[in-house]
Amino acid sequence: MIRFILIQNRAGKTRLAKWYMQFDDDEKQKLIEEVHAVVTVRDAKHTNFVEFRNFKIIYRRYAGLYFCICVDVTDNNLAYLEAIHNFVEVLNEYFHNVCELDLVFNFYKVYTVVDEGAQAAPHAAVFGVTSLSINQPPLLQAPPTSTGPTHPCCSQAIHPQTFHLFFKIHVHDEGCCHSFHIHKFIKPLWLLT
Amino acid sequence: MTPSVRLQEMIRVIRSARTQGEERGIIQRECADIRSQFRQGDNGERSHSLAKLLYVHMLGYPAHFGQMECVRLIASPRYSEKRIGYLGAMMLLDEKQDASLLITNSIKNDLSHSSQYVQSLALCTLACMGSAEMCRDLAPEIERLLRASHSYIKKKATLCAVHIIRKVPELAELFTPSARTLLSEKNHGVLHGAVVLITELCERNPDTLVQFRKAVPELVQIMKGLVTSSYSPEHNVAGISDPFLQVRILRLLRILGHNNDTASDAMNDLLAQVATNTDSSKTAGSAVLYETVLTIMDINSESGLRVLAVNILGRFLLNNDRNIRYISMTSLQKIVQTDHNAVQRHRGTIVDCLKDQDTSVKRRALELSLALVSAVNIRSMMKELLIFLSVCPPELRSQTASGIFNAAERYSPSKRWHIDTILHVLTTAGGDVRDETVPNLIQLITTASELHCYTVHKLYRALIKDIAQQSLVQVACWCIGEYGDLLLKGECEEIEPVQVTEDDILDALETVLQSHMSSPATRGFALTATMKLSTRITDNVDRIRSIVSIYGSCIDLELQQRAVEYNALFKKYDHMRYRSAVLERMPVMDKNSPGHTNGDTSGEIKEPDTSKPKPVEAGLLSEPASQVIITGYSEMQKHCCVYVHVVPTVSVYEKNGLSLKIQCDKQTETEVTVTLIASNSTQNDITNFTLQAAVPKSVQLQMKAPSGNVIPAHGLGQVTQTVLLNNPNKASLPCFRFVQLSFLLN
Repeated sequence: MIRFILIQNRAGKTRLAKWYMQFDDDEKQKLIEEVHAVVTVRDAKHTNFVEFRNFKIIYRRYAGLYFCICVDVTDNNLAYLEAIHNFVEVLNEYFHNVCELDLVFNFYKVYTVVDEGAQAAPHAAVFGVTSLSINQPPLLQAPPTSTGPTHPCCSQAIHPQTFHLFFKIHVHDEGCCHSFHIHKFIKPLWLLT
Repeated sequence: MTPSVRLQEMIRVIRSARTQGEERGIIQRECADIRSQFRQGDNGERSHSLAKLLYVHMLGYPAHFGQMECVRLIASPRYSEKRIGYLGAMMLLDEKQDASLLITNSIKNDLSHSSQYVQSLALCTLACMGSAEMCRDLAPEIERLLRASHSYIKKKATLCAVHIIRKVPELAELFTPSARTLLSEKNHGVLHGAVVLITELCERNPDTLVQFRKAVPELVQIMKGLVTSSYSPEHNVAGISDPFLQVRILRLLRILGHNNDTASDAMNDLLAQVATNTDSSKTAGSAVLYETVLTIMDINSESGLRVLAVNILGRFLLNNDRNIRYISMTSLQKIVQTDHNAVQRHRGTIVDCLKDQDTSVKRRALELSLALVSAVNIRSMMKELLIFLSVCPPELRSQTASGIFNAAERYSPSKRWHIDTILHVLTTAGGDVRDETVPNLIQLITTASELHCYTVHKLYRALIKDIAQQSLVQVACWCIGEYGDLLLKGECEEIEPVQVTEDDILDALETVLQSHMSSPATRGFALTATMKLSTRITDNVDRIRSIVSIYGSCIDLELQQRAVEYNALFKKYDHMRYRSAVLERMPVMDKNSPGHTNGDTSGEIKEPDTSKPKPVEAGLLSEPASQVIITGYSEMQKHCCVYVHVVPTVSVYEKNGLSLKIQCDKQTETEVTVTLIASNSTQNDITNFTLQAAVPKSVQLQMKAPSGNVIPAHGLGQVTQTVLLNNPNKASLPCFRFVQLSFLLN
């Protein structure tokens, strides 16, 4: 069972915090700080799993962002690791080569993606189920910090009902800022007009 | 411009703040702006204001004034406003807030909305923050939606049901029938949700578990379909078809097959198929394989399958990816007790993992290595463990040290090896060992009588090299005190001879005494050792005498007391040969005797522990000489009841004219016979007199029949009762006997 999901940058600023357990506001703040302290000191020679209080955190670093999921001790680590990756791919495709600023300026959209991915239910480690769709070439397993040519969004054949997109991974380094396009098919999802 | 730009603008302004103070100022202004916006009522701007507020909340600032606004926006007919309202509800509202109850009605209405997006918003929110009351109210709606036509809604409803069951377990029966039918869905999303729901139901209620066991064939079928299906782009992740669903189904199968043979049999084939066919070169495949291994281990699988599972774990151990090595060791830890031999095969790899750079991997490897130590591999394993001890991170040191000690105790091939190992640990990590190591080691040394010479030489050399490790120094001092004469002899078969003079030894002990690194306990050891040497060496007794008298005025009370007593031994009782008797070599200690672990009341000056030794000489010499014990600890062990033996007859109760005496009649090594004598000096007879006694567990009590239960008045007669105390363990405990009297006076 997922307890919470956090996306933080290296400085400790929260880009997304989704809680699936009852915490007070100050407890939440404390947890955020603790997670940041635990996760940022680890580097490549550590595993992606950390024991944290009586749970465990599975995290992965993409450029300057740490994607952390806190789960029960009995859960399958590797499956959640894969789920994080899946989620990042979804974001990447959704935001068309996502970078941290996309997540900042469109935080409400990121929450929706999380809700779709984690099915808005804490007990469902259903994260990642929804990243499916129509015929797309298979994923390139590029390491998270690589950059490369942008890939076209799968705009043509997506049925407006399915927000389920299929992606390739490219995550730019933090600091790049580009304007995003609101594709027609995303219109039903999130527009503030 | 569109209001979304205003949100972006605000975010940009906040990010441009250069200091924390500036940011706080900006946010305060914005919050004031938002508050006034909320007060203005409906004007199409509310959703943007709430969006701004949510951003501010995410930065960590308080935002509770937005809660009512969320409620209002949820009730709005406009989709854009509903959307942000629900997001706000999920972020700002939780069970503890009163406002959360207010949205129940809106959710209810939205659950039957025509647009599925609105329905999905409502379902999401309920599943995220629904309280128990809300769940109870809306459960029938959810159940209806479970049977809805659209798979998108079905999927969300299923997971909302999971949340409801967690909050209100009694509602589980409501969802059980629909859960079963959902298994026949084609849509993976719904299927996934259904499996989660069934898992939840089974975990909560054993009866439901029995019911769902019938679904095992269906689940096996679905799994088979996933494993053998051809490439499907919709569900493909790194070559595996929907690994998340596979993992979920495997987990459910684990729960259903646990402790049940029929269910386990039904899944054997499938598990074997998954285990062999899954490609584990990527994380997704490894995740599925890992879950398969966990399932195989947990159900009643056949032995061939278990061997397959252990082999998979062994393969994981050789993987380059540290994550996979870590999780395989975690699982191996659970099965090392049951499938010991299978895990032994991978011992080499596990020991190699001790050298990994990640501490958590090291810890797992250490635990596994300690579990894998056996009589056969003890020597090679110990070598590895000792190497690890010298390089391991500080947080693992004490665990390693105690693990090494346990292993050495159980499997040591020879006493000398055992002593060597312990000495090695003490020199490397003496600061991290537990306190009982010192007495344990001392006890071990006393039992290895043929190695005394070797041991004392080794310890002496370790002592002169380094006196920082307290446990080592304590043991060394004790040994030098006990076996100093062997040290002086200079020759020992197993070590090259080094000439050690009395002065050298005394110098070493004095260094320990004076060093600021020595703890008070260590100095106590050193002082006692110095004193013991006075009977074992011939030339420098005066030097010892002067050392001892100096410490007679030491600030440390313990040292002072010891020094004063030793001084007394020198001065007053030298001629009576008390000194040599008191300082005689100690006998072999029995490891299990209670007196071994703590200095108890019968005065062990020789007990090398930090507890306060009762002044035996002073106490003994003040009591009458009958059955006084001087010669030492071994004598103590033979008597089970010290008090009784020191005085032949003692009066234990004297009140209201009734007096009770205890007389010690006979004692042997294990038995003591006492007579209880009760007499009465009152005017009246005492009738119905009974005596009961309680003794510690290790002592057996046998009470013979009393001579009567009426004690005549005026001391004219007595009631006697013989009591036999048997101490078969020769435990040298002070024997507390609780005696209970009951009688009627007139």
